[in-house]
Amino acid sequence: MPSDGGEVVSGLAFVRAEEVPFPPSVHDFYPPSLVEGGGYWLTRFTLLVWVAVALLIVFFLLAYRDPKIVPDRKQWLAESVYGFVRDGVGREMIGPEGLRFAPYLATLFSFILLMNLFAIVPFIQVSPNSHIAFPAMLAVISWIMFMAVGVRRHGLVKYLKISLVPPAPWFVLPILIPIEFISTFLVRPFTLAVRLFANMFAGHMILLVFTLGGFALLNAEALFLKPISLLSWAMAIALTFLEAMVILLQAYVFVVLTASYVQGALAEEH
Amino acid sequence: MDLAQVEGSLSAVGYGLAAIGPGIGVGLIFAAYIQSTARQPESARLTQPFLWIGFAVVEALALLGIAFGFVF
Repeated sequence: MPSDGGEVVSGLAFVRAEEVPFPPSVHDFYPPSLVEGGGYWLTRFTLLVWVAVALLIVFFLLAYRDPKIVPDRKQWLAESVYGFVRDGVGREMIGPEGLRFAPYLATLFSFILLMNLFAIVPFIQVSPNSHIAFPAMLAVISWIMFMAVGVRRHGLVKYLKISLVPPAPWFVLPILIPIEFISTFLVRPFTLAVRLFANMFAGHMILLVFTLGGFALLNAEALFLKPISLLSWAMAIALTFLEAMVILLQAYVFVVLTASYVQGALAEEH
Repeated sequence: MDLAQVEGSLSAVGYGLAAIGPGIGVGLIFAAYIQSTARQPESARLTQPFLWIGFAVVEALALLGIAFGFVF
């Protein structure tokens, strides 16, 4: 959402069409500090992360403060999110042992989902996950967790043997072991972070292109281009629905992949 | 004398080329899932996690393309 240099009309920020910077760029992801003269890190992204954490803590505490056999609406929502992750991800991907990881997976799922949802909430419309730093931290946590789980289960040497040495003839091992090392210990956290980041980044970029592109068309000199801006805005609305699907899917995929890495670390066979 | 001139970034063209591979890959994955579900509907729940994992892994290539298009 363009936020600089607009006229303020009845509480909503309107930007004059001539002032819309058209090709959206990476700079749109670096908003100024929220507080005048405050720290450069105190942007709306930081604020949104705090809000997400606070919302989740308050919601789950409130929903489970007084659990009933016939759940009310809050309890129903909390239980269905937790139940979905526990049964659909934990138990299905990891097996009976997955129940131990259900709290972490459910927290991860709801946190990522809420952070992603900010990308389509009106007047916020940008997700903290469109900065690589936030998905990177989440990926590092998952990365450390699946390695720690493997080492605790098998011991360091056996875990390395299980994860690095596939059952293959000895003469291909010099090639396979580096490949396995790279794909298991380096590529996994990297793709985990980049997938979430790039999805949110590209989603925000696409919405910017169509919203700002509408203004650019409206502002065009050729008369026949002006009505096409309506088409552009209609596309922006349609893509917001697509974005909603991507948001759910990416939260789910992050959790499913974390669970499958944990399952791989727990498995006896390669 | 300039006969023809193109302005803008070549990374848009590059990304278009880079998206072909993941596009085909994602298509194959969903085609395989639909086919397996049509042949054996009761396996739909069983194969769904693999569908999403495979989709996510292939899609990562396209997303790397987007990210690197802006980086380089």
